[in-house]
Amino acid sequence: MTPPAAEAFASESLLVTKGLSVSFDGFKAVDNLSFSVDSGEIRALIGPNGAGKTTLLDLISGKTAPTTGSVMFKNREITHLREYEIVRSGVGRKFQTPSVYESLTVFENFEMAFPDNRSCWSAWRFRRSDEVVAKVEQIAELTYLKDRLRDRAEILSHGEKQWLEIGALLIQNPELLMLDEPVAGMSPHEREATGELLLEIAKNRAVLVVEHDMDFVKNVAHVVTVLHQGRVLAEGSMDEIQRNPKVIEVYLGH
Amino acid sequence: MSGVLQSVRPSSLRPSLRHLTTVVFEGQRRRENLYFVVLAVVLLGLFPLALDNFHLNLIGKYLTYAFVSLGLVLCWGYGGILSLGQGVFFGLGGYCMAMFLKLEASDPASTSIQSTPGIPDFMDWNQLTSLPAIWVPFKSLFCTLIAIPLVPGLLALALGAAMFRRRVGGVYFAIITQALASILSILIIGRQGYTGGVNGITDLRTLLGWDIRSDSAKTILYYVNALLLLGAVALSFSILRSKLGRLLLAVRDREERVLFTGYDVAAIKTFVFVLAAVYSAIGGAMFTLQVGFMSPSFVGIVPSIEMVISAAVGGRGSLFGAIYGTLIVNAAKTFFSEGFPELWLFVIGALFIAVVMIFPNGLAGMDYARAARTVLGWFSKLGKMRDGGSGRPVVAVVAPVVPSQPRIKVEGQ
Repeated sequence: MTPPAAEAFASESLLVTKGLSVSFDGFKAVDNLSFSVDSGEIRALIGPNGAGKTTLLDLISGKTAPTTGSVMFKNREITHLREYEIVRSGVGRKFQTPSVYESLTVFENFEMAFPDNRSCWSAWRFRRSDEVVAKVEQIAELTYLKDRLRDRAEILSHGEKQWLEIGALLIQNPELLMLDEPVAGMSPHEREATGELLLEIAKNRAVLVVEHDMDFVKNVAHVVTVLHQGRVLAEGSMDEIQRNPKVIEVYLGH
Repeated sequence: MSGVLQSVRPSSLRPSLRHLTTVVFEGQRRRENLYFVVLAVVLLGLFPLALDNFHLNLIGKYLTYAFVSLGLVLCWGYGGILSLGQGVFFGLGGYCMAMFLKLEASDPASTSIQSTPGIPDFMDWNQLTSLPAIWVPFKSLFCTLIAIPLVPGLLALALGAAMFRRRVGGVYFAIITQALASILSILIIGRQGYTGGVNGITDLRTLLGWDIRSDSAKTILYYVNALLLLGAVALSFSILRSKLGRLLLAVRDREERVLFTGYDVAAIKTFVFVLAAVYSAIGGAMFTLQVGFMSPSFVGIVPSIEMVISAAVGGRGSLFGAIYGTLIVNAAKTFFSEGFPELWLFVIGALFIAVVMIFPNGLAGMDYARAARTVLGWFSKLGKMRDGGSGRPVVAVVAPVVPSQPRIKVEGQ
C-alpha cells in the first residue's frame, strides 16, 4: 500500500528510492534509504568513506541488487531490470576511475555510445552516418575534446579521459546522469571547466554526483545529500549542510 | 598540458571524420586484403600444384582445424572468451556428418550378414535391433547439412546464455567448457551402441553414391574445404572491421563500460561463442569427409587444448596467424608422431610455455624488429665485455637501435 501523498511525491521526481537496503555479509552498506532527485537538478552526494555513496549508485544502475526496497525512475520500477535495460531507460553512469576504450580513437569512443545499433546484427551492419558525425562533433565541442577526435584514447590526459567518459554518456542522452568523483585527479583549471560542463548539461537532465571536493560541490550542486553509515544524515543547500552540527561532527569537521 | 588549452588548435584543415578508423588502419586494411589474396593463391593454387595426393589430403585435414582456430581468434583473441572445449563443437559437426555417411554405408544389402541388416555394424554388435530415434534425421542429407551448424550452435547458445547471463567468465568459463569436452567424450565412449564408442564411426564410403575415398574425390573435397575456409575468413573480416568488431574489443577490455553504455554484453559474448562453435562444426564435418571417420579422440580435453595452442602459436589476434599457426603445429604433430611419438606431449607443452612467456601475441603478433634489436643488444653487450667495458665504437654503432619504437602508430600524425 502506498499512501496518496507518497504517490504525488513520486510523480514529481525523476528518480525516487524507497526504503533501499543492501547488506554484504551482514554489513549494511545502504540502510533503508529513501531519497529523490528532480530533473534539471544537480545533486551532490557526500559523506565519509564507507558511507554508501558508490553503493547507492550501484543499486540505482543495477550493478548491485538491493536486499529490500525499490528504485523508481520516471515512475517506473527499475529495481530488478538488467544493467543495460536501466541504461536504455535513461540512466547514465560514470565510474570512479576513467573507463574509456583505450585502443579506440576519441571519435570511436563517442560513436560506441551512440544509442542505436546495439544488437549484434545492427552493429555489424552499422555504417557511420552524417548524423553520427555531427552528434559526435557537437558533444566533443561541449567536452573540450574537439581537437582530439583522431587521437587514441590512451594518449589522453587523466582529465581528458574523464571528459571523454562524460561525453560518451551525453551521447546516450540520459535523463539521469550519475558521476562518481568526476574531478578527482584534475587540475584546478580542469575542475573549473568540468563545473561549467555540469551546469551546461544539467539544463535538461538530472545530475547525481558523488564528490569529495567541497569547493567543487559548493560551486555546482543545487542540493547536497549527506550519507553516513548507509543512511541520509542531512539534506539541503551547501550552506545549510556546512552549518549542520551532525554533519560537522561526522564529516566536515575532520 | 590541459585539454582546455588544446581546444584552440585549428581543426578545419584535417580531412573528414567520416571514414576514420583505428582498429583497422587504412594501410592495414590494404595489407590484409593482399594477405587474403596470397592465402587464396596458396590454398587453391600452390598446395594442389606442389603436393601429391597424400600430402594434399594431409593439409586438407589440418585446414579443418583452422576453422576452429578462426573461431578462437574471434571468440578469444577479440571477445576475450577462452574456450577449452572447441573440440566438442568440432566433434558434434563431425559426428553429424559421420552419422549420415554411416547410414548410407549400412544399406541392407551390404549389411545382410548382420542379425539386423540395415543398421550400422556397431549397433548390431551392441545388440541393438532397430535404428535409435536420434539417428533417423540423419538418413537425409538435407537434415544433416542443417544439423551440422545447428546442433553445436544450439549447444553453444544454451551454454553461452546460461553462463554469460550469470556473468561467468574468464577462467571459470574455460574450466566449464573443458568439463564439457570431458563429459561429451565420456558420453560418446560410454554409449557404444549409439555412437560407436571409443572406435568412433568408421568405414565411411560414399556421399549420395559418390565414393569419397577416391583420389579425385579427395581433391574435390580439399577445394570445397579451402573455399569454405576462405569464406569463413572473409566473414570474420567483415565482422572485425564493423562496429561489431570494435564492440568485441570493447567487451574484452572494458566489459563494465560496455554494459553501462546500454549494450547487452551477454548477447554479444553469446553471439561470438556461437559463431566460433559453428566454425568448428563446419571444420569437423569437413574432417569427417576428408579423413573418412570420426572418433571421440577429436572431442576431449587434449584435442581441445591443442586447438587453443595452435591458435595461440599463430597469434590469437590474427586471422591469418591462426591459419598458419594451425598448419605449423599440426605439421609438427605429424612429424613427431611418426618419428618420436613420446616426445609430442613435451613439444606441445614447451610450445605452450613459449607462447605464454616469449611471444604472447603469437607468430603473427611478434615484434620481429624488437626481437632483432634484443639480439643486437646482446651482441653489443658481448662487444662491450670484449672491449674491457670502455664502451667504445662497437656500442656507439648499436646503441641508437636499442630504444624500442612507440608501440602504437597514431593515425594522422
